[in-house]
Amino acid sequence: MFETLRQSLKIGVVTTSYPQTPPEFSSRARGKPEIDWANWKDARPAAAICPTGAISYEDVNGQRVARFDLAKCIFCGLCADVDPAIRMTNQCECAARRRDDLVTSASYSLNPDGTHDRLLPPPSPPKTRPAELSPPQRESLEAVGRQIKGRAAQMFGRSLHIREVDAGSCNGCEVEIVGLNGPVYDIERFGIHFVASPRHADLLLVTGPVTRNMELALRKTYDAMPAPRLVVAVGACGCSGGIFGQNYATCGSVDSVIPVDIYIPGCPPNPHALLQGILLAIGRLK
Amino acid sequence: MNLLPGLQTVLDELTQRFGAQIEHAHAPHPNELYLQTKLELAGAFCSAFYKKHDGRLAGVFAEDARAGQKVFFVYYLYALDSAHGFVLVRVPIPEDNPEMTSLTNALHAVNWQEREIQDLFGIQLIGHPNPRRCALHDDWPEVYPLRKDFDLHTKLPPFSGPRHKFREVEGEGVFQVPVGPVHAGIIEPGHFLFSVAGEPVLYLQLRMFYVHKATEKLFESLPIPHCVRLAESISGDSSFAHATAFCHAVERAAGVEAPPRARALRTLCLELERLYNHVADIGAICTDVAFVTANMHAMRLKERVLRVNEQLTGNRLLRGMACLGGVRFDFDADHLRALAGLVDEFEKEFNELVELIRGNSGTRDRLETTGVLKPEVAHDLGVVGIAGRASGFDHDLRRDFPHDFYDQVQFTVPVFTEGDVQRRMVVRREELFQSFSILRQVMERLPAGPIQTKVGEVPPDRVALGWVEGWRGEIFHWIHTAPGNRLARCKVKDPSLQNWPALTEAILGNIIPDFPVVNKSFNLSYSGTDR
Repeated sequence: MFETLRQSLKIGVVTTSYPQTPPEFSSRARGKPEIDWANWKDARPAAAICPTGAISYEDVNGQRVARFDLAKCIFCGLCADVDPAIRMTNQCECAARRRDDLVTSASYSLNPDGTHDRLLPPPSPPKTRPAELSPPQRESLEAVGRQIKGRAAQMFGRSLHIREVDAGSCNGCEVEIVGLNGPVYDIERFGIHFVASPRHADLLLVTGPVTRNMELALRKTYDAMPAPRLVVAVGACGCSGGIFGQNYATCGSVDSVIPVDIYIPGCPPNPHALLQGILLAIGRLK
Repeated sequence: MNLLPGLQTVLDELTQRFGAQIEHAHAPHPNELYLQTKLELAGAFCSAFYKKHDGRLAGVFAEDARAGQKVFFVYYLYALDSAHGFVLVRVPIPEDNPEMTSLTNALHAVNWQEREIQDLFGIQLIGHPNPRRCALHDDWPEVYPLRKDFDLHTKLPPFSGPRHKFREVEGEGVFQVPVGPVHAGIIEPGHFLFSVAGEPVLYLQLRMFYVHKATEKLFESLPIPHCVRLAESISGDSSFAHATAFCHAVERAAGVEAPPRARALRTLCLELERLYNHVADIGAICTDVAFVTANMHAMRLKERVLRVNEQLTGNRLLRGMACLGGVRFDFDADHLRALAGLVDEFEKEFNELVELIRGNSGTRDRLETTGVLKPEVAHDLGVVGIAGRASGFDHDLRRDFPHDFYDQVQFTVPVFTEGDVQRRMVVRREELFQSFSILRQVMERLPAGPIQTKVGEVPPDRVALGWVEGWRGEIFHWIHTAPGNRLARCKVKDPSLQNWPALTEAILGNIIPDFPVVNKSFNLSYSGTDR
């Protein structure tokens, strides 16, 4: 007993001070890629080498629309190896509230040799919602949404219980999520706990492309949670299906099964990225 | 045919015994022999390998060759330790009568694998003691996903109906305790049905394949270089081991070899993967017997390895490091200094952790004689890896079929016969001590030179086996190439698939509260099993 205590005292505190201080990275750490949209000359090599289709393009009538979907990106860095306009940053905190916020695209004029140049409009801001609702309707709906979000933040801001569901991940995300409970990231210092039952949970942390065999279990887990509740989709697979996409055995993303409040890209997202996403979900980060 | 002398002897003896029944004997690589024979002789070959040639059946898988040859092929992969080679016995199954004789009655180790072939290829098993569905749940429609005429993107109706018809266990005071697929902790999904009388477990039934995500089918749809990234996603905690096993297979098919420095760097990464997983498992085992302090120290050590992983390869789980023909990132002097520093510090602190655990008698009380897997049972079930080595399975691909740089380093393989949770933990501990030594030896002898050999377009219709002893156990990737730098088939064999049935044996007679620790001591990958 004494030895156990002595050992702990000797080691001292190992917990990071994130988010007060920014995460520390080594120089090689790969976060999200950054595309120099203005000087991008050819999307084809990067699109061809991208294993998940995060970089894609479409040529129509002499124009090319190039697209980068951070939700699909596994941060492998292969695109940066072949394309001078792409650079890997060590930026890992890229959680977003809307799926569309993770997509960037730009239009170019197409050259006869297949390259492109002359950026037509600047990189598109996140797309607006589909205009099925009339503007007043949409406004009121959004106001309600904002109110609920605000209330959720108020309710969960000080203490939050998380239920984690693996809906088909490769267990890479779990390796990192388990780390949140460790002494280094220590999520409990925020008053956030992982709980065993969805009935005790405020937030559902979901990984994986949602396999056909897990779809019902995920729905039931979600239904078992008391409202208000939040859902966070974790990892490239959770956000977009990742390298698995949609196939005979998978649904292709968490938001195709239950509504998602926060998307945390990465493959897997590192603990800082997970913390950022969770804190963003409960309104502790702006 | 350029064959290892040991394998040549085996081939000569088999030819003497089976004569003209052996067709198409060929060896694309000196330690990889292919034979074709009739289905009726599959059992006789199996018995010959086990009884005469020190062989064991390391995998069974099928391939749809109906387009060219109007048959399905079933492959039996034998690992022959003393001959240092692999023999793949191939039997054709006619497309109009897809049936195969089961070997499960004689060799229980192939139970799940045979059923998986039945589910995914629609090849009916004859004489299987338990031919129920395994890889596809009971509610799946009659589809055979790995047949070539089944499209990857087929839209199936959502889940409905029964998941699995479990066996009924009845008796006075017998209760059923269903657990999962969503578990209490942060772990992967699977369903466990315990039948208990009081606290002791009478019978445990497993329902896996909740995370089946068409991985093997996906391999057939992607260009070969993209498949490396897919291989990283088979089991996240073995990202590098799986990706490297896949790269080995492709390199063999393409006839290229990774340069010495790349092989050494791969070895370092494989050992780093072993380091962070083993220490995390030791911690988790302690948590499951309420010694949480030890787990906190273990998680601290694990985090340290993950950070060095990021420093060396850009990713904490070593993703993006593997590539065809070598590795993507070289280690410079600073990197090697960081790695050497990690090994020294880790070793020192790990020793302290070991002492901490050793000094806690309550932990040992809970771990010893808990979840015993007897060597005979382990042998019958073909249990591999850590779990196997705690139950007398004296095999390690790093020693018996050295890949990468393992033929250049000295190490021992810890083997125990008690087969309890304590020994599964001790195997990890001893393997960590070996890892420190392996890491140091490789760093001392790190060859200079390039880190990649160019692997161009892989010629079609080649077959090759890739293997790696991952931290959990042996990983095999078998590929058959197709035109256009693609794959006609990629079979992935994770040790978990082999080891799951052992859990149902190890838990018998133990109490349910000990299940988490017994399960953790195996720590099998659900994703690697289900793919």
